[in-house]
Amino acid sequence: METSGDRRGGDVLRLRAAGLSYGARTLWSGLDLDVAPGEFVAVLGPNGAGKTSLLRTVLGQQRLTSGTMSFLGQPVRRGHRRIGYIPQQRLMESGTPLRARDMIAQGVTGHRWGLRPERRAERERIERIIDEVGATAFADAPVAELSGGEQQRTRVGQAIAADPALLLCDEPLISLDLRHQRGVTELIDRQRRQQGAAVLFVTHDVNPILDVVDRVLYIAGGRFRIGAPDEVLRADVLSDLYGTPVDVVRTLGRIVIVGSNEAHDTTGGGHHHCEPDPHATTPGEGRL
Amino acid sequence: MDIWSTVFSFQDYGELLVLVRNSILAGAVLGIVGGLIGPFVVARNMPFAVHGISELSFAGASASLLLGVNVVTGSLVGSVLAALLIGVLGSRARDRNSVIAVLMPFGLGLGILCLALYKGRAANKFGLLTGQIVAVDNPQLGFLVVIAAVVVITLLVVWRPLMFASVDPDVAAAAGIPVRTLGLAFMLVLGLATAVSVQIVGALLVLSLLVTPAAAALRVTVNPLLVPVLSVVFAVTSVVGGILLALGGGLPISPYVTTISFAIWLVCRIVGGRRERRGGTRGRSEAARVPLPTASA
Repeated sequence: METSGDRRGGDVLRLRAAGLSYGARTLWSGLDLDVAPGEFVAVLGPNGAGKTSLLRTVLGQQRLTSGTMSFLGQPVRRGHRRIGYIPQQRLMESGTPLRARDMIAQGVTGHRWGLRPERRAERERIERIIDEVGATAFADAPVAELSGGEQQRTRVGQAIAADPALLLCDEPLISLDLRHQRGVTELIDRQRRQQGAAVLFVTHDVNPILDVVDRVLYIAGGRFRIGAPDEVLRADVLSDLYGTPVDVVRTLGRIVIVGSNEAHDTTGGGHHHCEPDPHATTPGEGRL
Repeated sequence: MDIWSTVFSFQDYGELLVLVRNSILAGAVLGIVGGLIGPFVVARNMPFAVHGISELSFAGASASLLLGVNVVTGSLVGSVLAALLIGVLGSRARDRNSVIAVLMPFGLGLGILCLALYKGRAANKFGLLTGQIVAVDNPQLGFLVVIAAVVVITLLVVWRPLMFASVDPDVAAAAGIPVRTLGLAFMLVLGLATAVSVQIVGALLVLSLLVTPAAAALRVTVNPLLVPVLSVVFAVTSVVGGILLALGGGLPISPYVTTISFAIWLVCRIVGGRRERRGGTRGRSEAARVPLPTASA
């Protein structure tokens, strides 16, 4: 099994003057970002700001238009064994020939050619991870029968099974209830604290992860801000970023970002009624 | 009863059995191929692609019948070409279905044209669509076995990454698995498997061999080891059983194969449905974190 020692030296992920454009439209440019082992970075911003595209560039599925990006000191390539990827929850079709434990096992042996059975150490690791992510009760259930929360626990297990240096999370909490949001967040947080995995976490709502985030990368309108949540999630900073008045309201331990509807609308003009920015944190979700 | 003795006849069965020894062997080999590739066809949502490929396989076979060249070669060329076209043009499911829907009638039409121009025995024509007990001679059997071996060995080598890429392409790609290359390799192998299946059950009924056994297995289990094993058992039972029953009568083999295959699926559905009504394969304890004692530290 690979150890985590090799990543103590430098940054897990390093971006230098990185930029991504589609034709004339620049999603972001001049992005310098170093993600250290064990660091939890939230990537925020409105839809279409290029949050998921950032993950795709880290996975080598999309090329940077400018600048460089390296993972563990090497230029990024298409996919990597040391990157764990946790996508949005989606329903698995019935008839998918996998149980929850098989999905976790894919994180350990899913890349392997040939039919050699799992080694004893690998079987033990799979069992340990099933236990770690709290999947024991449903380990033998077909993945198509899992609830959203169970499935995301399983996905976290699959992603951490390969002892990743970097966890890429693309809205993994979407459509989960608050309890499961907390549970899945805890699992990801524990992994980076205990195993030193860096986390790049794309989300439209920072609240469920507010307690564990080290830094925020907020992308909007082709520009971005990086810093601690308190430095970035402020009315003056976001107003400057959006180029239009935005308010940040802290209430009941949650952050709500309120802006005029046109904050990131290229067509501009029109009516100026205030409503919660649909792309940021939405108010009133439970927490009674 | 006249019709009964047409459908089931076991006169001189021993002598017949010797004559069709090669056919039975070929059937068993095809059963293994169909049973192993089936779970991937289902997992990748490709039953329609199998149907499309088999129609182009039929076109290739009838063209070679007309031209007087080897029929197996013709059907191979047709189905591999179709499989690769579908693989390259239809990487997304929606594109893929329209590509297949465009290719399939064209293939059928081409095949019918070639058969209409063909002056040989009519039984040959019909057989390509609905299957027949061809007296499989030794070189032919050798040919089938070689292609089947290519399919089976390829599947066994790529099994884990291909299954990963089939059920979860995004996550598999993130882990560095060559998802697209594997997809094309799978189409190639699917083309080969379809071509050899067309020889026995006919172009119209290939699904009963490449999809039904796996679909039946998936009704009763999702265990990734048990699914292919059961699927192979079901497929071999269907083909070999179909050949044995078809021997005596003068009917094509395909109704026997498809009926056995369907009956197995029906039984599996009932068994699987009954288990689901009993509360599924699990106790529903949503996210219950039962700390079971584990051996690992």
